Amino acid sequence: MNNLNADIFIKKSHRNIQIRGNKFSGDVVFKKFLFFSGLCIIILFLAIFLSLVLNSIPSIRAFGLNFFITKVWSPPDRQFGALPFIVGTLATSFLAIIITIPFSFSISVFTGEFYKEGVLSNILKSMIELLAGIPSVVYGFFGLFVLAPVIRTLEMKIGVLPYGVGIFTSSLILSVMIIPFSASIGREVINMVPADIKEAAYSLGGTHYEVIRSTVIPYAKSGIFAGILLALGRALGETMAVTMIIGNSDFLPHSIFSPANTMASVIANEFTEATGTLYLSSLIEIGVVLFIITGIINILGKIIIKKLMVEI
Amino acid sequence: MKKFWTILIILLIIIIIGLTFAHKHSFSSKPTEEKVLLGAGSTFGYPLYSKIFDVYYKKYGIKINYQPIGSGGGIRQLKNHTVDFGASDAYLSKTELSEMGAPVVHIATCMGSVVIMYNLPALQGKPPLRFTPGILADIFLGNIKKWNDPRIQKINPGVKLPDMNIITVHRADGSGTTFIFSNYLSKVSPQWKKKVGYGISLNWPAGLAGKGSPGVSGLVEQTPGSIGYVELIYALQNNISYALIQNKSGKFIKATLSSTSISGNVKLPADMRVSITNTPEKDGYPISGFTWILVYKNQDYAGRTLQQAKQVVSLLWWIIHQGQKWTTPLSYAPLSKAAVKNDESIIKSINYNGKSVWQNNHKNNLK
Repeated sequence: MNNLNADIFIKKSHRNIQIRGNKFSGDVVFKKFLFFSGLCIIILFLAIFLSLVLNSIPSIRAFGLNFFITKVWSPPDRQFGALPFIVGTLATSFLAIIITIPFSFSISVFTGEFYKEGVLSNILKSMIELLAGIPSVVYGFFGLFVLAPVIRTLEMKIGVLPYGVGIFTSSLILSVMIIPFSASIGREVINMVPADIKEAAYSLGGTHYEVIRSTVIPYAKSGIFAGILLALGRALGETMAVTMIIGNSDFLPHSIFSPANTMASVIANEFTEATGTLYLSSLIEIGVVLFIITGIINILGKIIIKKLMVEI
Repeated sequence: MKKFWTILIILLIIIIIGLTFAHKHSFSSKPTEEKVLLGAGSTFGYPLYSKIFDVYYKKYGIKINYQPIGSGGGIRQLKNHTVDFGASDAYLSKTELSEMGAPVVHIATCMGSVVIMYNLPALQGKPPLRFTPGILADIFLGNIKKWNDPRIQKINPGVKLPDMNIITVHRADGSGTTFIFSNYLSKVSPQWKKKVGYGISLNWPAGLAGKGSPGVSGLVEQTPGSIGYVELIYALQNNISYALIQNKSGKFIKATLSSTSISGNVKLPADMRVSITNTPEKDGYPISGFTWILVYKNQDYAGRTLQQAKQVVSLLWWIIHQGQKWTTPLSYAPLSKAAVKNDESIIKSINYNGKSVWQNNHKNNLK
């Protein structure tokens, strides 16, 4: 039956192509349109980057490379160094990724391999997708009013200053926020593992666990990694929720429980009231740094994905 | 492929040219609509401004479009000639004034004060704590670390202070509230002045920070042992209790609208660029300040008409007189008499082609 349908479809599209496949009609226009759309992205990307760089020239001139290694951020003295924010951003994001990996990985194996269909699987899938739809300010409130008191009790028990807010709290909230990204992509790639490979593994006498470990995961690992990378990009740029629960303190953090600040937060907090050219352009330079860091992580990720790719 | 790169390079050049061009000429469009005035800036003054601008519109038919984008943004927009006036919670420093390109005048519109809130579960429902300026500065400097410090205990006899760490909370975003508070601490503590200074955002020596007054009060209410500062209007509207502060004459003062107004009864400089923190007035609350509207002194810039200049001047005149009526109901403190007097002479100094706009206007109104 399926074969018959496919046959009809192929015949139909074949006819379409023959009728409309004229050199100067749809094909050309369509291609031009695609080319234009692609070009727009490139232009947009370059324009954003260039306008950021142009606007941060005063700060680049004043501080040069010191901008990245100074830890003093003092608007009254017009001294600006972004090191605490760079450290804060990387610390929260990578900690969030570390926390999220076991969960998102289990979720993707569970929904991609064990319960592909059925009520339970559908509920789980739509709940994960809903997680992505919750506004980040809601996450922020949840973090501040529900999670922070819990963390504070924990901090009192282990004997650090009980701030409640800080890197650890932010990372926990971030890890929940980014689960949908890594889990959904992980599920899709696990779903796409060809049935014949799995069947081959089963025919060799593998149990379900062994098949997943030795066949499914090695085949899907580059895709799973891509999902984690996307999640990391999201974590790096997240602003609102983190701003509410990181404590916004402009110091280099000395433990995962200390309050800190991220690049996105400092921009969100200080941009509206930034007076003076140097102050404003320093904030924009932080934007450039965030842009570049996200770019570097993406490129590194692409290289790793290529290395992980299974060749068949 | 070669063609692709050529196209890309050409596009790049176009972008760069476009950007540099846009960079120079951005925001140069000017408000031309005659019956509309544009303003932007202070979020602190927004509730008051939106109320009195609405009243003004109903009365005189002149619409004032005010965007509360923050003091820094308001100043930038004024500088770029996108608005008729900017509103700021901090006055411009000398360097900032010189960056504006032409003389800018400050007109004080109302007053506000900053109160100290704290979270000590053991003292809930008890009368508010008292702080001296020195103790306050040392707490925010991180010199006093525990609530049961002998210095705090000494001025709060009969209060059982807990053995808790003090966690300070400040504003994460730039704010006029921070400006007033840090300006006060700079006046009362030489160490603060040297180490931190004052401004709308600072390099804080310690503590957590929240975005906006809700952020600060949220963190304080959430964190036992914390202490933070919010503006009086926010504390009044949200029933937050706050500490008494010792003023210059040694009295412990509760911040109210009247004690805030009283603090402005001091000798004010002619340009109104003044902080009235640490007021010498006997019953004045020491952590208070003005909020300002900023306009260019010479109104004949960027193709502005005399009509526009007149409208701005009448509006300002109205705000500092009839407009003051709406301050108290909205929990702002009205201007002190001395402040209104200074404002009047500043408004009279605003000119168009070398002639005082106010004089012109006044005559026209009499006709």
